[in-house]
Amino acid sequence: MRARRLALVAWLAALAFCLWQLSQARFVADLSMFLPDAPTEEQRLLVDQLRDGALTRMMFIGLEGSQADPATRAAVSRGMRKRLEASGEFVSVANGEGGGYERERDLLLARRYLLSPHVTPERFTVEGLRSAVAETVDLLASPAGMLVKSLVTRDPTGEMLAVIEALRPEGAPPVSEGVWTSRDGQRALLIARTRARGSDTDAQAQAVAAVERAKAEAVDQVVRSGKAGYAVRLYLTGPAVFAVKSRALVKHDIERLAIASLVLVAGILLAAYRSPLALALGLVPVACGALAGVAAVSLGFDGVHGITLGFGTALIGEAIDYSIYLFVQSERRDVGGPEWVAGFWPTIRLGLYTSIAGFSALLLSGLPGLAQLGLYSITGLVAAALVTRWVLPGLLPQRMELHDLTGFGERLMRAVVVLSRRRWVVPVAAAASALVVVAVHARLWDHDLASLNPISTHDREIDLKLRADLGAADARVVVAVRARDADTALAAAEDVAGRLDALVERRLLGGYDTPSRFLPSLKAQRARQESLPSTAELRERLAQALAQSPLRAERLGPFLEDVERARTQPPLTRKALAGTALESALDGLLFADSGGRWTAIVGLRPAEGSRVDVNAVRAALAGSGALVIDLKAEADRLYGGYFDRALAMSAVGLAVIVALLAFALRSPARVARVLAPVVAAVLAVAAFHALTGTRLTLLHLVGLLLVVAIGSNYALFFDRLAQAGATAARTLASLTLANATTVASFGVLAVSEIPVLRAIGSTVALGTVAVLLFSAVLARPGGTIAAGTR
Amino acid sequence: MIRAIALVLGLTASAQAAAWGVTDLFQALAKERPGRATFQERKFMALLDRPLESTGELSFTPPDKMEKRTISPRAERVVVDSERVTLERGGKRYTLGLRENPAVAVLVESIRATLAGDLAAVTRSYSVGLDGTPERWRLTIRPLDPTGAQIVERIDIEGTHAVVRGVEIRQADGDRSVMTITPVAR
Repeated sequence: MRARRLALVAWLAALAFCLWQLSQARFVADLSMFLPDAPTEEQRLLVDQLRDGALTRMMFIGLEGSQADPATRAAVSRGMRKRLEASGEFVSVANGEGGGYERERDLLLARRYLLSPHVTPERFTVEGLRSAVAETVDLLASPAGMLVKSLVTRDPTGEMLAVIEALRPEGAPPVSEGVWTSRDGQRALLIARTRARGSDTDAQAQAVAAVERAKAEAVDQVVRSGKAGYAVRLYLTGPAVFAVKSRALVKHDIERLAIASLVLVAGILLAAYRSPLALALGLVPVACGALAGVAAVSLGFDGVHGITLGFGTALIGEAIDYSIYLFVQSERRDVGGPEWVAGFWPTIRLGLYTSIAGFSALLLSGLPGLAQLGLYSITGLVAAALVTRWVLPGLLPQRMELHDLTGFGERLMRAVVVLSRRRWVVPVAAAASALVVVAVHARLWDHDLASLNPISTHDREIDLKLRADLGAADARVVVAVRARDADTALAAAEDVAGRLDALVERRLLGGYDTPSRFLPSLKAQRARQESLPSTAELRERLAQALAQSPLRAERLGPFLEDVERARTQPPLTRKALAGTALESALDGLLFADSGGRWTAIVGLRPAEGSRVDVNAVRAALAGSGALVIDLKAEADRLYGGYFDRALAMSAVGLAVIVALLAFALRSPARVARVLAPVVAAVLAVAAFHALTGTRLTLLHLVGLLLVVAIGSNYALFFDRLAQAGATAARTLASLTLANATTVASFGVLAVSEIPVLRAIGSTVALGTVAVLLFSAVLARPGGTIAAGTR
Repeated sequence: MIRAIALVLGLTASAQAAAWGVTDLFQALAKERPGRATFQERKFMALLDRPLESTGELSFTPPDKMEKRTISPRAERVVVDSERVTLERGGKRYTLGLRENPAVAVLVESIRATLAGDLAAVTRSYSVGLDGTPERWRLTIRPLDPTGAQIVERIDIEGTHAVVRGVEIRQADGDRSVMTITPVAR
């Protein structure tokens, strides 16, 4: 009695601690938890890019409407841009209006000799001046000449045009009704870059809301201004948008699933116990386990992931088993009494150990998301088992009215006897499954990280379409250069750009975006300044160069003045660009990490109708010290590495389970008997997935581990069935009931919209049923039947 | 006899001229089918000591597609298609919308609407004057809108019946361009 009181006190204290910890916990739902932790510098850069890089701040917006005419869409686009700029959520919003850099015109004009890539010593020789001016004069003959005429006396070599040309976004979409439009003319297009980091999902959710609000208001305004109430559909994609969407999806799904699985499990238990009190008490270990699990995860990790919670609801089905065993297996007179403790607890404890061994594989997988699942499961199961053993019996009333399941158990026993006449089924099923698994083993596992993506293929297609419309840089391949300061990084980016030019010329590359285009390195700016001749020299050269030109050198006084000013002007710095479109363009391409090292990112654009040739880029940049990162391939490789590690860990876990069983059962034959149905079930589930065309992901592996953990419990009890006698019927009833709750709770996950949960759910539900059936078939109830039915 | 015929013709011509007006001209222009022509253009600019010459081909596909291909001094292609102007030059391609570029629009719209015979569109934004006879007419167009008038003073279009023979553009700053057009026989 003293021990029980002590246990009660310890339990209450632990409960209080867990509740406090829960109040401190932070909950997250973006899927970056399932991105691997990066061990090397390059991989860290990669993961940073995936989580927070410039690309993750992009939002691609499309406005469509079968009835809305281009003018209406353009009006909505303009209204949205104004509102989004005013919202403060975005660094930049572009929709093709004004063509960009209008506001920066004066700055660009004043700094054109520092910015223009054409400024070299050769350009300012007699010959260089002659051909540059001749080109400008030819341009005057063209309709485009009207746009440059006013600048000719200041800028006869056309540097302003060269600067604008260099800044012009390549592959920008066509403009219709004044705004960007898809090539098929069906969509108005906008690009917005958020102020918030890509990984800040809360802020990103606000930005998404701002876009939706801006669209609604802009449509309202258009309708009020007299146009008919056309329906304009908004398409919004981008990495951060997807993060927001998947979080909402996870949240919605988990709430739904938690309720559904609780209702199902409670329903099953109520039907079995026919006592609401027993149901409530039976849920106590589960609740404690869940609480302890969340508390442990929030202690050990930065935030508790929504997926962990969703998974936790399924684990209800496993933790409830303990109280089921307690209630159903115990003698009616003394629930949880010495008889049960002596007869059943060692088996449950052994099952618990094997479960811990299995889940340790997750804990050690190296993926934060999986490690959370592992920690949650281990803590939750241990807590639930301890509460069942030490606390729950003390909470039970003196006389508990429980429906006796012995009769149900006896009927099951007779079924087992029938089943056990067909022992051959198990080896045949196992062998057939093994054959299937071996046959497809090359395609059994899916090493593609995208397989964990909860975003629908439909949404991903829209994203691809919008990206193509907008001519956005290929998000797959980026070049990164690292340096101790920003200027060195810019100089390195210039070197990279020079090497890439050769690829562009050979049409192996469509183009590239380098931060040095918006802010040349000091070295490049100085070299350009040094290319400019003195006023006297320039005057003399111009006179020679323009002797035959219709543009007389004497008219070019403003040119001489501007060049002289440029020779001595201070270099352009990031500070001078503050608040301009150039700065916001620079923002995502040149940044410092927490360690103070600078990174310049050079984005690559594929040549028309092809992909970026990573090998050609690598070859061109060999020896430059630049990193060529194939984001998708790297991420997949990284993921693959963890996959292999998780597989290896699972094998170790399995070995530990075998060792545990061998130690506890002390008989190779019994170990084999316990393992046989489990192994057969794992093979059968793998074969089932293979046959239905599902490739197994890391999460299926988690599911299989769970099958081993839960299934070994069943198998152990069936082993006992062969050993002991009288309580066999009740044991069988408890197992069936436990399995029903497991199947119910994991079966609910199988209909989840989140691939991660769906994979676990379908695997566990199928696998545990298979273990139970196989165990029953392999059971040797010969002597015990007589004992049970007597 | 010849004189008599000339007299008759002359008489008829002047009789026609009396009845013939902007509406008739635009009706004739509107009936014209897609056409091609060569051009020779001279630009007179205050900035330059001598005029710039360029030559090339023109084509017009009613109602709103115009193309100007310059062959010399430098290859260039300008296509106006409804709202969009595309310029290809030196292997590069630039697109601009007429809505954002009123300076371009004021030039494009006047000539395009005239070629299409869309009198309503022309008179909406320009004042229109007509001189001469169906055989030799001159249409003078001036932007009504002050912004347009700051760029273009007037555009003179000359022609014979439904065939345009020349376009002279006089800019507000005094620069002007004179284009001579020779239709290509179909």
